[in-house]
Amino acid sequence: MEADRAVVDAMGNRWKAKTTLLPEAKLGDLVLIHAGFAISLVDEEEAKKTWQLLAEIYEFDDTPNKVSG
Amino acid sequence: MLDRINKAQNLMNAACKAMGRQVHVMEVCGTHTVSIFRNGIRSILPGNLKLLSGPGCPVCVTDQGYIDIVLELADREECIIATYGDMIRVPGKDHSLETKRAKADVKVVLSSEDALQLAKDNPGKTVVFVAVGFETTAPATAVVVKEAAAESIDNFCILSGHKLVVPAMRALLSGMNHNIDAFLCPGHVSVIIGYGAFAEIVDDFGRPCVVAGFEAVQIIEGLCEICEQLSTGKAELKSMYPAVVTEKGNAAAQRVIEECFEAADGYWRGLGKIEKSTLKLKDKYERFDAFRRFDVTEVPAEEARGCRCGEVLCGLIEPPECRLFGETCTPQEPVGPCMVSSEGACAAWFKYGRKKTQKP
Repeated sequence: MEADRAVVDAMGNRWKAKTTLLPEAKLGDLVLIHAGFAISLVDEEEAKKTWQLLAEIYEFDDTPNKVSG
Repeated sequence: MLDRINKAQNLMNAACKAMGRQVHVMEVCGTHTVSIFRNGIRSILPGNLKLLSGPGCPVCVTDQGYIDIVLELADREECIIATYGDMIRVPGKDHSLETKRAKADVKVVLSSEDALQLAKDNPGKTVVFVAVGFETTAPATAVVVKEAAAESIDNFCILSGHKLVVPAMRALLSGMNHNIDAFLCPGHVSVIIGYGAFAEIVDDFGRPCVVAGFEAVQIIEGLCEICEQLSTGKAELKSMYPAVVTEKGNAAAQRVIEECFEAADGYWRGLGKIEKSTLKLKDKYERFDAFRRFDVTEVPAEEARGCRCGEVLCGLIEPPECRLFGETCTPQEPVGPCMVSSEGACAAWFKYGRKKTQKP
C-alpha cells in the first residue's frame, strides 16, 4: 500500500485498487472491490462462510450425483 | 449448503401455502437477476411466488437520449470517449459506441482512474468519461473529479448518468407498478448507502425490504425471509449480507458523493422522469461536467418500435412477452438495452430461461 493505492490479491490474481473510499483499510485486510475501488472491509468470518459455500459447490461437481452428458 | 437450501425451501413453501395468493417479489438488482437464473433458483420456488426483475441495471435504465449525446461527442475530433465495457454495445438512434469505434476514439476502461489517466496521457484531447451506474459506482466518479480539480486536469470531463435506487423504488410503488409485495434489495448499492436507506420504503409503503448477497443460498434465504414476513403480515427491513453491508453504509463514499454531486430530476428508460433520482455535478465542479462544457441536454428518446424494455424494467412483463424477444431482438443483434447488458433481464432470460420457440 502507498497513500491510497493498493495491490489486492483476488484468489491468486493481483489487481491494483484505490483505497480512497476506505481510509481505514490496512495491509492484510479483506476488501470488496468495485470498479477499481475498495468499497468495504469484509468480515473474515463471513468471507470464510462464502468461501466454504463456493468450495462445497466445486466439490459437488465431482460427486457421482452430477448428471453427465 | 444443501441443508440451508432445503430448510429455506421448506419454510418458503409453508409460508407461500399459508398465503394462498400470488406473491410478487421484485429483485431490484441486475446482478441478482443473473444469479437467480444462473443458479436455477426459479425452479425451486413455490408456484405462487413470482419474481419480478426491476430497474437495477444501470445500462438498461440509461435513456437513449443520453447514449445519443455520447455518440455525438464521439464524433468530435477532439474527444476521447472513455467508458465501462457494458455500455459499448447499447444502441443509440443509429449507432452504438462499438459501431462508432471504426471512426471515433472510444476506449473501454475498468475504472474511473483509467479514464483520468487517459486525459493525462493525451493532453491534446478531451476525455469524456461515460459515468453510468448507481450509488455503488458514483463514488469512483466523484473521487476522480476531485483529483482532476486538485491536479488541474482540465481536459477531463464526465457525462453523469448516475442514478439513485431508492427514488426509483418509490416511483414504482407510487404508480408505475404497485403490484410489488416486497423487495430483494441490491447488495453492493447497500454497501455504499447502508441498508438503513431502504427504511423509507418499509415505513412509507409497508413493503418488506431484505438485502441479500449474490450466492444462491444467500438469495434463497433472502427470499425465505421475505416470504415469512409476508405470511405473518410483517414489513421489516433486514440485511442478510453482514459480510459487507452495514446499516449506515460507507461514510467516506457518501461524503465524496455529497461533495461533488447533487440530486436532480432525470429520465430513466422505461420509468420516465423521476424526481431527484439522478446525480448532477455541483456548480463548483461544472468545468468537469460534459453537459455544460459541450452545452448538450439530454432529451428522452422514444423506444425503438416494438421494444418493451420499459415494461420489463418496471416488472410489468417478462421478456418473452415482448414480441421482439428472441426473434428480432437477440444478444447478437439487440434492439433494446435489456438484451445488451450483461445484467439485463432480457439477456438473462435469453441465455438461461425458456426461449419463445421452445414448448413449455
